[in-house]
Amino acid sequence: MIGAARAILRKDVQIELRTKESVPAMTLFTLTVYVLFHFGLDRDTLAGALASGVLWVTLLLAAVIGVSRLFAAEREQGGVDGLLLAPVDRTALFVAKAAALFLFLCAVELVAVPAFTLLLLGPGLGAAFPELLAILALGNLGIAALGALVAAIAAETRARELIVPLLLLPLLVPLLIACAQATEPLLRQDGGPEDLARWLGLLTLYDVVFVLLSVAVFDFLLED
Amino acid sequence: MYSKGLVPLGWATAVTLTAAMALVFFYAPLDADQGFVQKIFYVHVPMAIVALGGFIAGGVFAIRHLRSGDRSWDMRSYVAIHVSIILGCGVLVTGAIWAKASWGHWWVWDEPVLVSFLVVFLLYCVYYPLRFSIEDPDRQARYSSVFAITAGAFVPLNFIAVRLAEAYTHPRVLSQTGGSLPGDMRLTFLVALAGMALLFVTLWKLELTAKHASMQLKRLRNRARVAA
Amino acid sequence: MPALPLDEAGKYVAGAYVVFLALILVYVAIIGSKIARIGREIAELATEEDE
Repeated sequence: MIGAARAILRKDVQIELRTKESVPAMTLFTLTVYVLFHFGLDRDTLAGALASGVLWVTLLLAAVIGVSRLFAAEREQGGVDGLLLAPVDRTALFVAKAAALFLFLCAVELVAVPAFTLLLLGPGLGAAFPELLAILALGNLGIAALGALVAAIAAETRARELIVPLLLLPLLVPLLIACAQATEPLLRQDGGPEDLARWLGLLTLYDVVFVLLSVAVFDFLLED
Repeated sequence: MYSKGLVPLGWATAVTLTAAMALVFFYAPLDADQGFVQKIFYVHVPMAIVALGGFIAGGVFAIRHLRSGDRSWDMRSYVAIHVSIILGCGVLVTGAIWAKASWGHWWVWDEPVLVSFLVVFLLYCVYYPLRFSIEDPDRQARYSSVFAITAGAFVPLNFIAVRLAEAYTHPRVLSQTGGSLPGDMRLTFLVALAGMALLFVTLWKLELTAKHASMQLKRLRNRARVAA
Repeated sequence: MPALPLDEAGKYVAGAYVVFLALILVYVAIIGSKIARIGREIAELATEEDE
């Protein structure tokens, strides 16, 4: 299973590196949304809860774009049927797609988070950096698992572009709550982590539940 | 198949709900803080609890469907979710009425049950467009079941998360939905909850009967057409 | 949360219960008429078969 997953993941990453379709678009999207927030909120700098909220909502919306495109390569080349004819474990497919989405999100955040610090963040990040990394890592894991699941659910429906955001965003509410609440004290003036264990604990529970559930249920999708 | 016991069930529901209403207005004491407005709590909260239970039941039926491949489980899952969404509309409307009467606004973010319910409701509303955008009946049933299981697992997680969040922004001084209720209020609440649960099962069976009958009709029509 | 005077509060409480009852009655009426219609159509089919 690991071998198959790695092969699919390598293919997806190579396609992305060659066509550069998802990650640049997601990154550009986050920058645009930051500008929108600047005008919409009429603020030059954000701190605390407001900063945390803007950062995370923007990341979630960018994730929606990535999820919509997760099975795009297979769809456009009729590849899903090809994958299914080969004796590929559905679990391998899920792991590969979730890992791909995880990597894409990390790539986007490599630009989006510093950009946020530059454009909108008032207080500096400074010492809170490792905590932020932990939150981002756990958050990306949850988004990746749910994103791959929702992408598969929506892959065969006609109204794909509508179903993905409508399905994914409510499902991500607990993740948003945990990430935003955990990040908020880090972005305050003279802030430091507060109650981090509680929110990381919630995030871990959420990630575990949905990774296990997605693996269990993925076999029933994309079947013909 | 489903209509067996429907009439006595209907009567049991009507009796229990009437008893509950009688208790609410003639037995339960007036709340010290909220006064008469608190009476809404006896219809709003049981409906919410039963609706959430219905969503989870929909997930459980979906698991049975995927395991057995028997599509009648998917039908049970679909109807459970359908009835829960209808009750859910009632929850949101009565919740808004309660909010307006208690706090002067048609919506408040203070009550974690109401807020988490809104998120759950928004999620389950997507069930219909998802289900009906898939044409192949076998695939439709399978994908609907996957959704029902995912959403069913989501319900408790979401409730925990929202409750944790609200504890920060809106520290709850008085818990209306649980905790310590005086005995006569608790009895009224439990009867109302029982009535609501019976109502759910009655509506669920009623809807399943209608669906079953409609499938029978379709089968008969096909047979008549083939014979002709 | 100050308690509303009975006449004002009464409107809201009545509204909530009316909404609840209306919801049930409308839903039952819709399903009931659907079942009645299906029953009629099945009976029609049965008489057609006899002919």
